[in-house]
Amino acid sequence: MSTETIIWLIPLPPALAFFLIVLFTNRNKALSHMVAVGAALLSWLGSMIVFARALGVEHLGERPFTSSMNWLAMGDTWFRVGVLVDPLTALMLFFVSWTVLMIFIYSIGYHNFGQPEGDHDHKGLPPHGATIEEHGRKHVVPSVEPMYSRFFAFIGLFAFGMFTLVVSDNLLTLFIGWEIMGLCSYLLIGFWYGKKSARDAAVKAFMTTRIGDVFMLLGIAYLYSVTGTLSFREIFTETTLHTLQMIPSGALGFSTAGLIGLLLFIGTVGKSAQFPLHVWLPDAMEGPTPVSAMIHAATMVSAGVYTVIRMFPLLSLDAQTMSVVAFIGAFTALFAATIALAQNDIKRVLAYSTISQLGFMIAALGIGAYVAAVFHLITHAFFKALLFLGSGSVIHGMEHGAYHTGDHKVDPQDMFNMGGLKNKMPITFWTFLIGGFALSGFPIVTAGFWSKDEILADAFAHNLPVFITLAIAAFLTAFYTMRQITLTFLGEPRTEEARRAHETPWTMTFPLLVLSVLAIGYGWVGIPENFPILGGLFPNWLHEFVGETLAERPEAVEFNFVPLLTSLVVALGGLGLGYLTYRNVNSSAEDKLQLGFLKNKYYVDEIYNAVFINPAIWFADKVVYQIMDKGFIDGILHLFGPGTQGIGDGIRNYFDLPFINRFLGDGSANVTYFSGEKLRVIQTGRIQQYLMFALILFLAIGAILYFFIFSA
Amino acid sequence: MTFPVLSIITFTPLVAALILLLMPVNRKNEARVVALASATFALILSLWVYFNYDQSIAGYQFVEKYEWLPALGISLHFGVDGIGAPLVLLTGVVMFTGVLISWGDDNPHVMAGIQDRPREFFAFLFILAWGVLGVFVSLDLFMLIFFYEIAVFPMYLLIVIWGWSVTREYAAMKLTLYLLIGSVVSLVGALAMYFAQYQNTGVLTFNMLTMESARFSPSFQIIWFLPVFLGFAVLGGIWPLHNWSPDGHVAAPTAVSMFHAGVLMKLGAFAALRVGIMLLPEGAKYWQWLIMAFAAIAVVYGAYIAFVQKDFKYMVGFSSVSHMGLVMLGFSTLNADGLLGSGLQMFSHGAMTALFFAVVGMIYDRAHTRQIPELGGMSKAMPFATVGFIIGGLVSMGMPLFSGFIAEFPIFMGVWQVHWFVAVICSISIVITAAYIMRNIRQVFFGDMPEKFEGHITDITILDKVAITTLCIFMIVIGAYPKFMAPMVQTGVEYIMRLLGGS
Repeated sequence: MSTETIIWLIPLPPALAFFLIVLFTNRNKALSHMVAVGAALLSWLGSMIVFARALGVEHLGERPFTSSMNWLAMGDTWFRVGVLVDPLTALMLFFVSWTVLMIFIYSIGYHNFGQPEGDHDHKGLPPHGATIEEHGRKHVVPSVEPMYSRFFAFIGLFAFGMFTLVVSDNLLTLFIGWEIMGLCSYLLIGFWYGKKSARDAAVKAFMTTRIGDVFMLLGIAYLYSVTGTLSFREIFTETTLHTLQMIPSGALGFSTAGLIGLLLFIGTVGKSAQFPLHVWLPDAMEGPTPVSAMIHAATMVSAGVYTVIRMFPLLSLDAQTMSVVAFIGAFTALFAATIALAQNDIKRVLAYSTISQLGFMIAALGIGAYVAAVFHLITHAFFKALLFLGSGSVIHGMEHGAYHTGDHKVDPQDMFNMGGLKNKMPITFWTFLIGGFALSGFPIVTAGFWSKDEILADAFAHNLPVFITLAIAAFLTAFYTMRQITLTFLGEPRTEEARRAHETPWTMTFPLLVLSVLAIGYGWVGIPENFPILGGLFPNWLHEFVGETLAERPEAVEFNFVPLLTSLVVALGGLGLGYLTYRNVNSSAEDKLQLGFLKNKYYVDEIYNAVFINPAIWFADKVVYQIMDKGFIDGILHLFGPGTQGIGDGIRNYFDLPFINRFLGDGSANVTYFSGEKLRVIQTGRIQQYLMFALILFLAIGAILYFFIFSA
Repeated sequence: MTFPVLSIITFTPLVAALILLLMPVNRKNEARVVALASATFALILSLWVYFNYDQSIAGYQFVEKYEWLPALGISLHFGVDGIGAPLVLLTGVVMFTGVLISWGDDNPHVMAGIQDRPREFFAFLFILAWGVLGVFVSLDLFMLIFFYEIAVFPMYLLIVIWGWSVTREYAAMKLTLYLLIGSVVSLVGALAMYFAQYQNTGVLTFNMLTMESARFSPSFQIIWFLPVFLGFAVLGGIWPLHNWSPDGHVAAPTAVSMFHAGVLMKLGAFAALRVGIMLLPEGAKYWQWLIMAFAAIAVVYGAYIAFVQKDFKYMVGFSSVSHMGLVMLGFSTLNADGLLGSGLQMFSHGAMTALFFAVVGMIYDRAHTRQIPELGGMSKAMPFATVGFIIGGLVSMGMPLFSGFIAEFPIFMGVWQVHWFVAVICSISIVITAAYIMRNIRQVFFGDMPEKFEGHITDITILDKVAITTLCIFMIVIGAYPKFMAPMVQTGVEYIMRLLGGS
């Protein structure tokens, strides 16, 4: 098959899996997950073939794989939808297909495939366990998810959205993939819709990202109206870019390119959960854990960063836009890292760390460190997927303990209920440790070190304030990661549940092992050539490869010891300090960082409610509906009603009734009647009297005529 | 002579209505069968028209002309272009699904459809359909107005007799007054055009093809555009003359709401485009700003009001105001992108809102309340309807791969080219639409089911499922494969663009 054909086919298997499961296999759990995992495997295979072939092409950046076809007629031209694989897309395909495949496999174990049906499980609620009898003794085991098949259908659709987005060669299909993911995030975060918190979180995620999407759509409309195209290859030509840079937009001193870039960037702010639209991501933890891994690593938030990376040639034309991007990124990186310090829910810590790490990438782009951003996006996807799946494994182990003790009040996600899981769940522990160290940037070994170091080196060379902010954030990252590892895995078990926790099945640990290999190994492709000792052992392949995506290949920064030392110090210092601080902490009361404003995430949710949401509802209800529509517009109508009636009444009462009716109508009748009544007396029937009358009348008329005629 | 397919489609409902009225009163099931048979027949013919429309030729096709009153230049002159053909199909679809969901049953335990005098109900519904189809296919201005009036009149009876007993008198009267006043105003405009054309050319004719090239003077167009356009647009729910529509929707029985929002509102928009913009293009250009302002207000305003509605049906009603605002917005761009979007939005909204009203009706039939806070947990009792509503919701909020996106995207592209800030303002509605749809899905379908409904809510019937599926298929096919409809609408748009002077 030609490479182009394979690229077209990559997104399809998961979409087909969605339809197959929904329409045919949804009653059969084994068949459903086989369809879904099989689809993920096919997409993975296609991605790997394309990736391998992409590696074989020299100067792929200049001669990418492309193919397109007509889709929607617009104006005089057709919108062409198509696929494009350049170095950037090839790398995206690589990490997306790996993480997606691992998450799919993991979901089988996570949803307790092979376990009995629950005693009283309901659709829309997490399974509560089933009682079985073994050797004459009753005990509780995990029960299978009641909507098992549906879950695989939804994540299939999710993967379809992501693959579509990655391979598209234009903003329209990118936006389509983008929106499909928004929908899937809604469906999956609200997967356990029986819980109010899950329903609310789903709506919140959808609405918050939707706000970003609208800006993005406006950016797309703007771009289209200026250039008449949405195809990347056509936009990123020198003449088009030059035009976009030269026309001022007329708003705040931005060039057209800058304003379009900013609008598209706001889309990313929503999707990649950057401040101020970050509020949905922590709540998205309400979904099942594989979903969190999907959202946080493989798909959604990566899609946001990918879009900015993709539009980098446009964004980088306007220094002002770039500063906004750098500021938002750096601020978010630090802001989210501080909140993560005070979270006790194992998944929430990871959620804030995602926001923070995405901030790193965005900040890197803002200072022009294109390659570093791509690098960190990929390494982050691997180790964050690993961490989320690991945390899911931990939660599962804890739930296992809870089935033993029968106490369902213990929160299996609260890290203060854990401790000492190292020995109970060794595979989970070691893989989580690798993930955590990669996140912290543990030197040399982990991928996270190389990518983060590259961002810091770039920041040091280009923008010192960003460098300092990110360095502090990196320190906090190492600190809260070690806090998490210490509280979860080290020390002594703090609850009975933790004591009874249990390693999870191979379907869950296998993905962990695969991902931990990638979380370490992937860093080695991007070691700077001028790095002491290690530099040059492996050529800096990533830089060469990705750099080609841009027309002007980015320069690698000069090696400098300051950022290197900084990243060493913050990583090791943070990890060490975290361990020292938390090795003896046994309850949240002893945790000195449980500060109110951190625990409450700086009250951003409350502020949004008070400032935006409630006034919006008030405005819609009171002003638009009650006053405007019911009061004014209907009011006019209702004035017309009585008004018309009033006019009618007036005419009727003051003209029709008295004048026409009574005077003319009734009046004439009355006169006739009255005269008839009066004249009746003369109708006597006697001829003599009639003759008498005739005579009198004759004389009278004769007299009158005489008077009138002859007196004149 | 070719097969007179358009007149057969148009007069099928009339014949069906007459047959129904001649049937014995107590033959309820036979009446239903006749209704379904004729609706199916009309649907098949409209599909035939749709697929046999030759896009490479474009222009008016399946043209038929019969002289009626030659002295006055009135003839029965039918034909469809790339905009009319999808609307004929839409009418066929809504007729078919409307009959299905009104099927009813003589079993008193089945709480769905029309139980009371189905014979008369279907007869009036078909007279309505007759008028609707007539407007979509008429190329003669007199006949267009004639059918327009026919479409308006049965609404009053349908609402007053079979409507929601609380507001039916009020709503029916309000609707009738609004629409009749609107049509009277446009009628005056039409007569003005008729005589102006006579003055210009010396020919007395209502033929719109002739009028298109009548070269009305710019001042004439500027004076008469507003009455003509707004007169028709009342039925399209244009702000601030929209208030008849939510009240009317709510009071009407389900199938009538489907017809009313699904095709009747398209009638207003279509006639406003056909007569207002196409015959008076200079006027349209002059008043573009006003129409755009009205439409933009409707888009945001309708969404805001839908957002705060407690009554499910009012919510859908106001969402129609918002979505029909998008149609008007696309018209007001007077460019190819916007008009294409409007053409698609008319179909998309028709199918979507018909689906919405169908589902709301199904819920109301079972729960006997439409108050959103009182409802909940419907996904448990009626999963199929839930999926249907969600698909409709996705169309409504412009989700890609559904027809709503294919329609809204070109509209926004078109509007941006005219006035970017209007696009910015209208984009607010995208967020609000998503908000009210999501909120409703969360509460009505996935919220906790109130005690009193447990075990009392029955699933929808197989006919309801067929109706929902039919509507969903169209919305998904258009969304995933826009070639199904976009090129056809495109041919209609090109024709309009030529009338507008290729701008």
